[in-house]
Amino acid sequence: MKAFTRLNGLVCPLDRTNVDTDAIIPKQFLKSIKRSGFGPFLFDEWRYTNYGEPGMDCTNRPKNPDFVLNQPRYQGAQVLIARDNFGCGSSREHAPWAIEDYGFRVIIAPSFADIFFSNTYKNGLLPIVASAEIVDRLFKECAASEGYKLDVDLEAQTVTTPSGFSFKFDITPHRKHCMLNGLDEIGLTLVHAEEIKAFEAKHKAAQPWLFA
Amino acid sequence: MAGKTLYDKLWDSHVVRQEEDGTCLLYIDRHLMHEVTSPQAFEGLRLAGRKAWRSSSIVAVPDHNTPTNHWDRDIEDPISKAQVDTLDANIKEFGALVYFPFKHANQGIIHVIAPENGATLPGMTVVCGDSHTATHGAFGALAHGIGTSEVEHVLATQTLVQKKSRAMLIKVEGQLGAGVTAKDVALAIIGKIGTAGGTGYCIEFAGSAIRGLSMEGRMTVCNLAIEAGARAGIIAADDTTVAYLQGRTHAPKGADWDKAVAYWKTLHSDADAKFDAVVEIPAASIEPQITWGTSPEQVLAVGGTVPNPAKEADPVKRASIERALQYMGLQADMKLTDITIDKVFIGSCTNSRIEDMRAAAAVVKGKKVAANVKLALAVPGSGIVKRQAEAEGLDKIFIAAGFEWREPGCSMCLAMNADRLSAGERCASTSNRNFEGRQGPGGRTHLVSPAMAAAAAIAGHFVDIRQA
Ligand code: SF4
Repeated sequence: MKAFTRLNGLVCPLDRTNVDTDAIIPKQFLKSIKRSGFGPFLFDEWRYTNYGEPGMDCTNRPKNPDFVLNQPRYQGAQVLIARDNFGCGSSREHAPWAIEDYGFRVIIAPSFADIFFSNTYKNGLLPIVASAEIVDRLFKECAASEGYKLDVDLEAQTVTTPSGFSFKFDITPHRKHCMLNGLDEIGLTLVHAEEIKAFEAKHKAAQPWLFA
Repeated sequence: MAGKTLYDKLWDSHVVRQEEDGTCLLYIDRHLMHEVTSPQAFEGLRLAGRKAWRSSSIVAVPDHNTPTNHWDRDIEDPISKAQVDTLDANIKEFGALVYFPFKHANQGIIHVIAPENGATLPGMTVVCGDSHTATHGAFGALAHGIGTSEVEHVLATQTLVQKKSRAMLIKVEGQLGAGVTAKDVALAIIGKIGTAGGTGYCIEFAGSAIRGLSMEGRMTVCNLAIEAGARAGIIAADDTTVAYLQGRTHAPKGADWDKAVAYWKTLHSDADAKFDAVVEIPAASIEPQITWGTSPEQVLAVGGTVPNPAKEADPVKRASIERALQYMGLQADMKLTDITIDKVFIGSCTNSRIEDMRAAAAVVKGKKVAANVKLALAVPGSGIVKRQAEAEGLDKIFIAAGFEWREPGCSMCLAMNADRLSAGERCASTSNRNFEGRQGPGGRTHLVSPAMAAAAAIAGHFVDIRQA
């Protein structure tokens, strides 16, 4: 996993609630057996006016000029801001893969769906929960000034706007440690392999039918 | 000390270790798998030179990409076929307790086949790289969807790194009215608490109306917990659960059976257990439901009218209603029963069990699908459901009414195979998601119960099943 420490990144506003993972990456792209290459198809049905197929070259596809990702001022954005319940729906990890592959490293929203939220961390993508008031402020400031950037500092757990306004965000110590160091969670867990085996033996003795 | 919730009991009995910040390593008993979210996990395992910790925990089946007709032609889409072949190869390499490859007599949707083979049991932790894993909570198991990195983590370590959720109790007391099904109960709950209402919670469904449901109905309710934002929904095991499981292939046998049943009976919330949130919905207040928008929370009782955004004060909500109406091609204030449909889909892990097939067949029996309905699909959830339905003559009823009777699979629930809506087409669907493009790009989905979908197929527009 890519480590995440600090980022000063251009912001792209996606002013919608309940952005679901079907919208983030439509199902036809789930047929891939790879983890990469989803970026060009991120928000495919909103971004392009024709139907996307896996393996397509997207450079010449007709784009929807109204969709934020297609507006020149947001090219190269690394911070995505959105409204409530971002990432709801299907558990597909292709959604964070697509967002990360496109170039985003941070998503800020008032709330996230649970499965999506834990999927993001595993892929070096930092989800930040901020109050609806703060998110609203970011949307307004972003609309008002072209080239609007946010400074995200994971060590300090802060987000700072160009005007110097700053807010803190929460993250569990375990997740923070993994992200700051880009650690492989499986390797970390296997350090406790003996404990897992001991638990398993006890569990099997109590409920042998679970192991039948 | 306050008593324990069912969730506490299931959680506590699986904690391998706990970190200071509360993060736990949770032991996983059952690992369900399908072809879409597993290939990258197996690939990761191989790249790291790791083995599967306990492949006998795996129950796998290809279901999303498999066609539901012309099985003699195999899988025609080469990309779909590659994904199914990859699952075959991975199971061959790593092993599994149960694997039903494409065309196997028992193949079907993972969430239908695990319970019917007795592979989902009370007291288990169950995971799958699929959000509708919540379905298995109907057995008093802690079941939830995970991402592909977590699939790999479970494969390699038999554990998940998890923080405990909060506990919510949703109580539905009383008797459900005629024509009101488990699907309507679940949709009414989502309508009440919203699609994010359960975020961060494990929901326990309780109350006499829930206890009165069959296992099929309970699975429908838990299946939709995720559409209320909750990773997991659970219902305590009782005599209905035990009766369902007895004699199933992978259910315990002999002395183990008695011991298991005695243990399962302890798996319920204590009378003095504390929940972080409690929601009560009187059963009598629930009417047949129908979604009008592009989120499952955009749902109303069938007698209602399409919302008018002008009446919504909150600007964010107003914008989302406007967007939904535009996508769905609906007029504000029109009656829900005036909405005409183009296609009908009876199936998916929400409603493709034998009881669902029976309910739909009872409505269409001796009638004909309306002329404006271009396609009506009845897709059983598994080979076992299909054979049972055929033994009862349900296939003939569907076919005589103008339905197509298909082979099992996910089908038009998410349109990864050939079953899909074209742009602008409107569908009465028994599935679980009405998101934009879910059933095909530009397709319009209305979620309803099997009986309501069947009645809409006959009338060509939505009808109140109580008057059908
Ligand atoms: S039926 Fe639909 S929701 Fe259920 S597992 Fe298949 S695709 Fe997912």
